[in-house]
Amino acid sequence: MSSNSVGTVAPAAFLQIQDVVKDFGGHLAVNHVSLDIAKGEIFALLGSSGCGKSTLLRMLAGFEIPTSGRIVLDGQDLAGLAPYQRPMNMMFQSYALFPHLTVWDNIAFGLRREGQSNDAVSQRVEAMLKLVQLAKYAMRKPHQLSGGQQQRVALARSLAKQPQMLLLDEPLGALDKKLREETQIELVNIIEQVGVTCVMVTHDQEEAMTMASRIAVMSEGSFLQVGAPADIYETPATRFVADFIGNVNLMDGTLAVDRPDHVIIDCADCKHYVGHGITGIEGMAVSVALRPEKITLTRAAPVDPGFNAVQGTIKEMSYFGSFTVYHLTLASGAPLKVSQANTERHVDGALSWGDRAWAHWSPSAHVVLTA
Amino acid sequence: MLARLRTVLTGRVAVIGVPYLWLLLFFLLPFLIVARISVSDMENVSFKDLISFKDGVLLVSLKFSGYQFIASDSLYISAYLRSVQYAAATTLLCLFIGYPFAYFMARARHSAQPALLMLVMLPFWTSFLLRVYAWKGLLSEGGWVETAIVGLGLDRLLYAVELIEAPGRLMHTPFSLVLGMTYTYLPFMILPLYATLAKMDLRLLEAASDLGATAWVAFWKITVPLSKAGIIAGSMLVFIPCVGEFVIPELLGGPRTLMIGRVMWDEFFSNNDWPMASSVAVVMVLLIIVPLAIFNKYQAEAQEVRK
Repeated sequence: MSSNSVGTVAPAAFLQIQDVVKDFGGHLAVNHVSLDIAKGEIFALLGSSGCGKSTLLRMLAGFEIPTSGRIVLDGQDLAGLAPYQRPMNMMFQSYALFPHLTVWDNIAFGLRREGQSNDAVSQRVEAMLKLVQLAKYAMRKPHQLSGGQQQRVALARSLAKQPQMLLLDEPLGALDKKLREETQIELVNIIEQVGVTCVMVTHDQEEAMTMASRIAVMSEGSFLQVGAPADIYETPATRFVADFIGNVNLMDGTLAVDRPDHVIIDCADCKHYVGHGITGIEGMAVSVALRPEKITLTRAAPVDPGFNAVQGTIKEMSYFGSFTVYHLTLASGAPLKVSQANTERHVDGALSWGDRAWAHWSPSAHVVLTA
Repeated sequence: MLARLRTVLTGRVAVIGVPYLWLLLFFLLPFLIVARISVSDMENVSFKDLISFKDGVLLVSLKFSGYQFIASDSLYISAYLRSVQYAAATTLLCLFIGYPFAYFMARARHSAQPALLMLVMLPFWTSFLLRVYAWKGLLSEGGWVETAIVGLGLDRLLYAVELIEAPGRLMHTPFSLVLGMTYTYLPFMILPLYATLAKMDLRLLEAASDLGATAWVAFWKITVPLSKAGIIAGSMLVFIPCVGEFVIPELLGGPRTLMIGRVMWDEFFSNNDWPMASSVAVVMVLLIIVPLAIFNKYQAEAQEVRK
């Protein structure tokens, strides 16, 4: 889970969060959280609202004081530093641009506080405006800009002081879906161009997966899992993470056969043959997580219908263009979601509502969850 | 479709029309009557017609002697100047006292804010006249405030800056007048300030702090500019009535504090010179319309920003 790995010299953690707790009058908003973030990383705190991710970000910025624990940036303990003394800047949710100042003055605000000369300030502001491609809008007020432009002003303002660390609070939350997708990539490009270490908070898993190099999934003030987007998606550690990130079919069963190279799990509707060993004892209750896109749906039965296959009735179909999600009902009444890529424009005898179909998957498709 | 449009239009016209009609009937019309009187000639107890047609001659007679007199007699000019001066002093005092007041009210716990608002408005429950009268007692010799001020030796300070005529004599001085007006008009400053400050997005202060501004700098660079609309509204609400104030100078002012309201009263009721009194009134209205126009301009700009 940490960035240390055996055999290589780990880069010293740039930001260290050490056993941080935030207690709001008996409610632990952040509950003993520790985390190391390396220089240059884009790190995402992902969770639903009220999970403590924003509180953690606000403690980094200095707006909240940790009840206990330490936050160390580049070897310096940040305790006792007011927000205006910290070498980090924040891009606020819905931006908090100063409505009475022009784009130019918004970006220059932080630089002027440092007492830089007018020349230095205007050079830096020009550079920032160029970076976010807003040079033409320098003299506009924030309310005269579109949402996407406001977002870029907010980014320019938070990068103007060349912070050691950039904090993003729901950076794209105020944009509509189409614009959000474009901006995700643009934002990452700018952050990487500047080379600033970045911690972002989001409730949008797609945003976290696209932008971040590592993600921490948070719930009720604690980290459930920390890892690269692919790790979290393909090998979720718990039912909660599997369910929270993406679509998943969760099946409860018992561990029937436990071998070093494979295990067999009995569920209500089928037997799972899993092509790797797990740590557990035969007879224990486990869950199997199966992503809809890892399942194949056919009218004919697979070669070996005894394992990793189940028959069901198609109850619903959701057509998304590039893929279709089939909602099956299994013999026990349990639902199963199957996602199939639409690789052909027309298929003769395509599966449809009410059809009986076989869903089957490979021995490496599922994840066995013991927690 | 057209009929619907018509009903919508009549509804809209009615809603907008009523206040316009009100202003027309009870402000513009009386003002025009006053303006007419100010240029009229008296004929015993009635006014001569401004326009008369006699023997094929159209006569327009406008008498501007009132205005001429105002411009030439230093009594009027100095009374105007003094009114503006005292009103400005009162406005500044109200701003300096009212701003922190409104600021802490707006930043107080949400549950406490209605109670604090009540406290600001509580004085209105007592007659304004009684409250001003009360100051007479407080400031006269032996009154609590007088005893405190003289006891602390503050009267010497007031004397040094010529706000009172002699140490120990507080009543009927510029000091007592401005004190009374500040006391009376303070809520009119606090309420609009509170309204703008309570609306302010506090994350802007966090953003300022994040960008390196201390609380003090953030206050001057963010809070004050964003409360400009409230400052202007409050200042106008205090300044405009203070210029024409009559009752407070009557009760708390003295010979040195002759204000234009009193001059007008004298012209109407002591001299019975209505054209002269009307001229004084017209000049005063013009004097107030200028700051009001500025206020409206800023108000429009503030609305532009909020959009």
